[in-house]
Amino acid sequence: MASLKDLRGRINSVKSTRKITQAMKMVAAAKLRRAQAQAEAARPYAQRMERMLASLGAAVVGSPDAPRMLIGTGRDQVHLLIVVTAERGLSGAFNTNAGRFARARIRALEAEGKTVKLLTVGRKGATYLKREFASRVVGEISYANVKRIGFEQADEIATRITAMLEAGEFDVCSLVYNRFQSVISQVASEQRLIPAPLPANDPGTAEGSQALYEYEPGEEELLSALLPKNLAIQIYRALLESAAGFYGSQMTAMDNATRNAGDMINRLTLNYNRTRQANITRELIEIISGAEAV
Amino acid sequence: MATFDLELVSPERLLLSRPVEMAVIPAYEGEMGVLPGHAPMIVALRGGVIRVTEGGRETESLFIMGGFAEITPGRVTVLADEATPLASLSRTTAAQRVTEAEAALAAAANDAPEIRDRASDRLMAARAMQDAAQAA
Repeated sequence: MASLKDLRGRINSVKSTRKITQAMKMVAAAKLRRAQAQAEAARPYAQRMERMLASLGAAVVGSPDAPRMLIGTGRDQVHLLIVVTAERGLSGAFNTNAGRFARARIRALEAEGKTVKLLTVGRKGATYLKREFASRVVGEISYANVKRIGFEQADEIATRITAMLEAGEFDVCSLVYNRFQSVISQVASEQRLIPAPLPANDPGTAEGSQALYEYEPGEEELLSALLPKNLAIQIYRALLESAAGFYGSQMTAMDNATRNAGDMINRLTLNYNRTRQANITRELIEIISGAEAV
Repeated sequence: MATFDLELVSPERLLLSRPVEMAVIPAYEGEMGVLPGHAPMIVALRGGVIRVTEGGRETESLFIMGGFAEITPGRVTVLADEATPLASLSRTTAAQRVTEAEAALAAAANDAPEIRDRASDRLMAARAMQDAAQAA
């Protein structure tokens, strides 16, 4: 049985752990709010971009020299998966979920005989996937020393993908990330980037007005400028959602950890008091039986 | 005087959304003054200054690093890659951007024409930023 001193030591160490997890929970909650606000602020741009794309895409689709980013290379052989995870752990199953989802996708694609290439964003996903799929990783991007994810980072990734597309390094590109559903639930999901899925044309309003638009410069030039922007926006949104999801997940994980630490402290304290009581009783018995013997 | 709704959004936030009388936007093929009732258009923008007129006076001027605009008779939506109020432009950052863009263009000399075009567009935008910063 543990001595009183051992128990006291353990209680103290669990108490300080609880202090840390509590602080981390608080920090995560504050950062979550900021991340959500940032995601909120990015929405108007994405919405307007979608509206423009819908009207432009409809004008160009079907034409043989539509940009590659819209119609793809026409093949379906090489898949590029961009896996977005967090830079840090201590966030429950957040990184593992995205990693596991990506692994299932890679397996499924390879079972169909496709070639898979991986581009990881975030340190955690890179270490997870490299264990098994090191040969498929074509690039790793890490933002460990970027304080706040901005549009700049998304643009960087988009530029890289565009260059790879021009070089014909892949046919289909999709993004795997944790979609932010709510603070307590993030769902690993996949989103196709190239060929770009065209936003559905709202038949009531857009259809009527789109024929009337004048384009300057031409539709195709515009589209070939708009599509990379759209790509960057999609990535930006995924990065923001992933960041918000990370903090949400970390908050829940730290909340659980704090609660567990509390339970443990209760259990240890009970144990400590019992042991202390037992010691006192034993000493009393010793004194009484000593006195009787005299 | 008649007004139309002007919206200016960058990827990071909504910068402006209110009725104005006139906006001058730096379209790809030259500056363009937009009044209410303009024919519907979608235009690409280059680096330049957006000037907003309200109540007969110029009330707002922002520098944008290129982007797109959607124009309809009652509304103008500007999607800017990056937008800064003219007053808060800094000459040193502008000069730095120009140097960076020049370096990027030099580095892209052997790349595909699309990439080179993009780099030269960026350089032009950076030069426009420098001009705007000096004028401000």
